Parts: sequence; C-alpha cells; structure tokens
Amino acid sequence: MTQDLAIAIVFIAYAMGMLITFGTLLTWVERKQAAVMSDRIGANRAYIRLPYTQIKLVWWGLFHGVADGIKMLLKEDFKPRTYDAVAYAIAPWVVFTPVLLVFAVVPFGGQLDPGRLFPGLADWFGGRTYPMQIARLDAGLLVVFAFSGLTVLGAMLAGWSSDNKFSLLGGVRAGAQMISYELVMGLTVLGLILVYGSVDLGAMVQQQSGLVWGFLPAWGVVLQPFAAVLFMTAAIAENKRIPFDLPEAESELIAGYYTEYTSMKMGLFMFAEFIEIAIIGALFTTLFLGGYNLPYMNDAGFALPGGHTIAMSHGAAVLTQLVVFLVKVMLVCSFQILVRWSLPRFRYDQVLRFAWTFMLPLALVNLTVTAVWLWMQHGTAL
Amino acid sequence: MIAPYQRKAYWNAATMSLWERAYLPEILRGLAITGGIFLRNMGRWISGRKGALTTYYPEETRFDYAPANRGKHVLTQRPDGKPQCIACNLCATVCPAKVIEIEAGFDPSDAAHPKFPLRFEIDYSRCVFCGLCFEACPEDAIRMAKETPGLTSHDRHAMWLTLDDMLHWQPQSDVAKPYPAATAPQSPRPD
Repeated sequence: MTQDLAIAIVFIAYAMGMLITFGTLLTWVERKQAAVMSDRIGANRAYIRLPYTQIKLVWWGLFHGVADGIKMLLKEDFKPRTYDAVAYAIAPWVVFTPVLLVFAVVPFGGQLDPGRLFPGLADWFGGRTYPMQIARLDAGLLVVFAFSGLTVLGAMLAGWSSDNKFSLLGGVRAGAQMISYELVMGLTVLGLILVYGSVDLGAMVQQQSGLVWGFLPAWGVVLQPFAAVLFMTAAIAENKRIPFDLPEAESELIAGYYTEYTSMKMGLFMFAEFIEIAIIGALFTTLFLGGYNLPYMNDAGFALPGGHTIAMSHGAAVLTQLVVFLVKVMLVCSFQILVRWSLPRFRYDQVLRFAWTFMLPLALVNLTVTAVWLWMQHGTAL
Repeated sequence: MIAPYQRKAYWNAATMSLWERAYLPEILRGLAITGGIFLRNMGRWISGRKGALTTYYPEETRFDYAPANRGKHVLTQRPDGKPQCIACNLCATVCPAKVIEIEAGFDPSDAAHPKFPLRFEIDYSRCVFCGLCFEACPEDAIRMAKETPGLTSHDRHAMWLTLDDMLHWQPQSDVAKPYPAATAPQSPRPD
C-alpha cells in the first residue's frame, strides 16, 4: 500500500514536472523555431548573471521563458467591473486544470518493476509491477475526451464573464469551434478504437509493438494514416492555434476571450495552450506513433520482423522508453509549431464549414471503411 | 423584401484546381518549404556557420554599409594632432536635435587658429544622424564615418560622445585626409 503510494507520487511528480517543463520550454522553442524558419536569430537576450561575477549565462535565450513568467507574475492584476466576478476568477483554472488532468491516463513508459530496478528495494516491493502512467483506467481515451471537453467551458466562461464584446465574440467562437472539432476528433479516434478493440491507452501502446504484413510496425499511423491526419488537424483546431485561432484572432478581436485578463490569469491561458501542445503531442504519440516504444520494441526488448529478438535489461528498457516518449512528444510539438508558423488563418465561416462539410464526412468515411474492413477480416466476430 | 446578400464577383477571383482544392497536398508542400528552410538553417547553426540573414547587432556589425551612410561622428585632426575644429558653433546651431554642445577655448600661442574647442560633446541618445553638422562645417572638422560601432547602451547618460572619442576612434575606412599615425594599437573590430 505504501509502495503504491510512493510510486504514484513519483509518477505524478514526473508527469507534472514534464508538463510544466514542456510548457515553459515550448515558449522558447516556438520563438526560436519560428526565427530559424524565417532566417532570423530569435530570442537570445535574456540571461542569468552569476552573483558577484560578470559571468552571464545566456544559453541561446533559454531563460526567456523564465523572464516571461516573472513578468506575468509582477504585472498589475487588473479586474474589470463585471457582473460575474466568480466566473471571471475561475475561468483560467477551468481552462488550465483539465489540460493537466488529461495526462493522467497517458502512459509515458512500459511496465515498471521497481524491485528489479533497485535490488535493495526488492523485498519492500515484493514483486509488484506498475504501468508507467498515473492512472490506469479502462476508460482511458474516454477520460481524455471528457477532460479536454471541459476546456470549452473555461473559454466560454471567460468570454461571457469579462463583460466585453470582444471577449464575448471570442467566447462564442471558441464554443462553436471547439465543439465542432471535438466531434471530428472523437469520430477519427473511433476508427482506432475499432482496430485496437480497446479504449485503454496502455493496451493500445502494447498492441502497437506488433507487426502489420510481417514487416511494418503496427503503429496507428500505419493502420489509420487518414485518421492520423484528421486527428492532428482537429487537435490543432481544438487547441485554437494558428490556422484555427479565430477565438483569439488578434487582428479582429484584440485577444478574444482573454482580452480582459492580465498578469498570471492571462499567463494561465497561455500556459494552458502551451501545455496542451505537449498533451496533443503525447496523445498523438500514444495513439499513432507507437507510444513510448521504438519500432519493433516492447517491454522485454526488440522483436524484429525476421523473428529475431534482442533482449534488453529492465533498466535499459525503462530508460529507453522514457527518453523515446519525450523525444517523440518533442518532435510532434515541433511539427505543430511548424504548422503554426507556416499556414495563414482561416476565416470564421471557413473554419466551421471546414469542420462540418469536409472533416466530418471524411471522418465518417474513415470510420465506415475501417468497420467494413474489420468486418471482412473477422466476419461476425465484431 | 430584402434581397439576400450577394458576394461581389471579381474578375480576378482566385480559381483553384482540383489538386489545390484537395487542400492537403498543397498544405504539405508549404510545410515542406518552411520545414526545409528550418532544417537547412539548423544544419548551418549546428555546423558552426550562421543560419540567419539578420545581424546580431551590437556584437556584430554589417560590412556592407553604403559608402555614404551617416554613421558615427569623426573629428578630424591637424598634423600636430589638435582638432581641426575652430569652435564656431555652426554645427551646434544647425543641429535640429540640439545635441551638440561646444565650449570654446582661446590659445594665443596659435595665431592661425586661436579658438579651439575645450569640450565638444554629442548626445547620441538624441542624435538623429541627419548629417547637417558636417554639411554646415566650414573647416571640414566633423565628418560621419559609415560604420556605427558601439551605439547601444543601458544608460542614456552614458551615451555622450566626448571630444576624445570623436578625435581618436579609428574607423575602418576613412577618408580624404590622413590621420597622424595611431599611437595606440588599433582596437580590434567589436564583433
């Protein structure tokens, strides 16, 4: 019992630390990647001076995220004279908390056997193993959708309670857009659920260690390439980032639903957006890119197509899985930033038309084809 | 009865082929372009070259300033090393930003140029680099070199250029009138 608690605390600390780090780091990555993409140098002025010396640690501007955070904390906490002060105060938290909670069901590593990892603790753990995720729920993917659906509420609350027409417009847009794309996202993932026969994210990752046609790794992106594209598009739209950033379109709505927010309340919205990039990266990795495993890899080692197996020690496997997961998430985040700095913004009617007349039918077609294909494979077993 | 709104039809309205209307291929093409530039520039940074077109300004100055660029001020010297300036205050008078301050001195021993500047200072936090000062100068005593080293500062009060600065800083490329040989070794370029 105590062992379970200790492991849970370690996992939660790891996941929280990872998300917060990603959130801070991505602000820097976004600036720097945008700069390098457009032949510029990018943010590189913030530094930390070692006390009592003239040694300035610049580190390619990595401390700009810290400078941003401090700036946000020290700004005046402006409060508009609004009729709904409570909703105004809790809206940033309604956006921020579910984003963190989504990660609870995402596995960031395989089965962990602390007794084998630390022989000194073998007696205490007594052979217990733990899947490396905060909560192993049978309803994993459903929990993801339940929580990520909550952020719509936060955006609309913020827009409504700010008592500002720009905010209200932004909130209304956010509501319409996020609900539309939530639908598309759910439908694309249904195909995956049919293929894997489970909504448990851990089980999904383990199934992706297998093979298709004898040589390809059974990753989601191989089994459902169409769904991968649709999921990524819908996820970016869900996160309200640039081709779809209508709710906060600067040139039209000032800052959309968080026009009236200042200091760290506004910072929470921004932070939630950046953490959600990491969450989308983690979800995409888990669902489509084989999760924490390298191709052909499983908890015990590698199972190569020819029937060869390469065994790995438990410590090496755990370490590889943790690192591979982080690298994959970072690559997907980088792709999202690439999209954000490459594509122009949609018009508002185009966003909704795109969702309902383009993505939704495609998602339905994808689902139908998947279902028919599975039916032909397995007959009436479905 | 109000007729429904008709969007105006333009003669040059964009037409899209089926390929473009399929959306995804063109999006991917655009992403490939930007991603390719990103990878190219990252490769340059990683291999120690410069992956940007912009200049990292105070540490790095551009080599390709125009020949007539109005940069940092130079005070010319007589062969004996004294400033050419006769403290006539024409530049200070014509200066639209009113940033030139001159205090004149009197030297009875030099009969040809008895008046000389004791203090000649320019406030670079306010200078607009219009070049009227050297156009007004009757003695060719003030010029503007084409490069602009060390303009930045964290403190506006530290941005006054003194007589000494303007007499003795060594531009990369100057000019019609040769200077007396530099006594101190020439300072390296600031980049």
